[in-house]
Amino acid sequence: MEKLNYILKRILQMIPVFLIALILVFALVHLLPGDTALAVLGAKAKPEVIAAYRAKMGLDKPLIVQFWYYVKSLLRLDLGTSTQYNMPVLDLLLSRFQVTALLTLMATFFTVLIGLPLGYLAGAKKDRAADQGIRALALLGLSLPTFWVGLMLMLIFGVRLRWFSISGWGKTWQDHFRGLILPAVTQALFAASVIIRNVRNNVVDVRSADYVDYARSKGLPPGRIASMHILRNAMIPTVTLLSIRIISMLGGTVVVENIYSLQGMGALLVGAVEHRDYAVVQGTVLVFILLVLFINLVTDIIYSILDPRITLD
Amino acid sequence: MSDHNAAVTRPARRKSLFIPRSISLTCGLIVLAIVVVVALFPGIFTHYDPTLTDPMSMLKAPSAAHWFGTDNYGRDIFARVIYGTRIDILIGVGCVIVPFIFGSLMGLFAGYYGGKVDAVIMRILDVFMAFPFLVMVIAIVAILGSGIRNMLIAMWVVGWKEYARLVRSEVLVARQSEYVQAAKTMGYSELRVILRHIMPNVISSAIIYGASDIVMCMGTAASLSYLGIGVKPPTPEWGAIINEGKAFIQTAWWITVIPGAVLAFVGWGFSMLGDGLSDLLRADGQ
Repeated sequence: MEKLNYILKRILQMIPVFLIALILVFALVHLLPGDTALAVLGAKAKPEVIAAYRAKMGLDKPLIVQFWYYVKSLLRLDLGTSTQYNMPVLDLLLSRFQVTALLTLMATFFTVLIGLPLGYLAGAKKDRAADQGIRALALLGLSLPTFWVGLMLMLIFGVRLRWFSISGWGKTWQDHFRGLILPAVTQALFAASVIIRNVRNNVVDVRSADYVDYARSKGLPPGRIASMHILRNAMIPTVTLLSIRIISMLGGTVVVENIYSLQGMGALLVGAVEHRDYAVVQGTVLVFILLVLFINLVTDIIYSILDPRITLD
Repeated sequence: MSDHNAAVTRPARRKSLFIPRSISLTCGLIVLAIVVVVALFPGIFTHYDPTLTDPMSMLKAPSAAHWFGTDNYGRDIFARVIYGTRIDILIGVGCVIVPFIFGSLMGLFAGYYGGKVDAVIMRILDVFMAFPFLVMVIAIVAILGSGIRNMLIAMWVVGWKEYARLVRSEVLVARQSEYVQAAKTMGYSELRVILRHIMPNVISSAIIYGASDIVMCMGTAASLSYLGIGVKPPTPEWGAIINEGKAFIQTAWWITVIPGAVLAFVGWGFSMLGDGLSDLLRADGQ
């Protein structure tokens, strides 16, 4: 019950942030130079289409009324029409959402898979050879530009060795997974490096904490100390960091989808910017914001489970 | 009174940036020195013109004449990378310096004044945190149009929030300390207390973050150029060179591989510099 209260309060706190973000998304097309209707619909739009858009969005009315029109159309799930694809933005986003979501999930999986064990190992073997080696690798991972790593992995494992598919999304679920492995690893390398460094330092701190000494002196088996005492406490700060990395990887889909010719929301956004398809830009940015808020909420919930002391203040 | 003590315990040798003790700091400073020299005097490293096309030597593999090979216009990749150094470094530094100053000031004010000032600044931060970094940068570029200037503006708008958060959390601690109380008791103006007393004591974490932020900014700028919405060809920027080589990745790997490796090398150097600085400043603080 208390937990449910906490979650509800977190959601309530997010509403003002979402509203301001919504105003910014609304402002996006109004900051464009020139006539908003022409900017959104393109110079080739028919006069009657432009007139209909003006009436629908209330372009002759004050800005605050226009914002209300915008919110009303959003509530009707009307995100406008793409000038580039000539179809409703909502349908476009729905068809692209799956790729981006699955890519980010897989990238997160790889990040944890690489980051947690290596970070723990480095922390447990502080200043020994394993630690030095892992830290050097992590530093390298931080320095490599992600889009270049993507191109290199594609060149080596996709083009030369042909271990993985680089033909994009494919048709079946197996195709999807095979096509997403390289892009997900590309995203995960940077994030895993950040996680490694963080987990290592936390493990070093936690290992010297009194309660770990106490657990040892009680004669608890080392495996239990490692999992219940060290790892659990070392992970608490890492959860927040991981959520920041996931959000950043969500943004990174903009680049990675482009490299691997995946038709996700990131590629959609870049294409929309190139073609000045502003309804799509607005819609995509909005979905990204909703995803970020969702990730933040999930993070808070996980955080409160890992550390029961957290309350809402 | 301290004469006797001084004879017994010698003061610790002064730590200087120019006598680095850590490997990371040494490596970082060497890379920094190389990059600065190349950026200032590109002409002494190559006699090729980075934008001169040569139909006779298109897509040539690396050789004695063309160390990094040539691209599809016959331009020398080595010369393009060398001349690109200045642009990439200027973008990296230029995109950090404005958020560093603005963000740190916001953090100082939020942390020092607290209350309403803090609440307003933190709510603005919350909104900025609701956008993934690259998505917001691209949305701003969508409004302003592409090109170096607009790309920089977009990264300024998005980049200040980390500095504000870092500095604010340090100010919250520093504000309670005795030297701040002392400065206030002396009747110094608030601005003087903030800038002369608090700022020098809280800025180190922002400086450390700044060193790694330069790497991230160079990476972001190169990504945007790679996507075709940053630096426009034929300007020799590393990301833009990689973008132009993308189409030839199967036949002429050197156009994409080598500039990226250079970018990675410089990024590694700045990361080392950041790590070294953080060790140094943390050790000084203790």
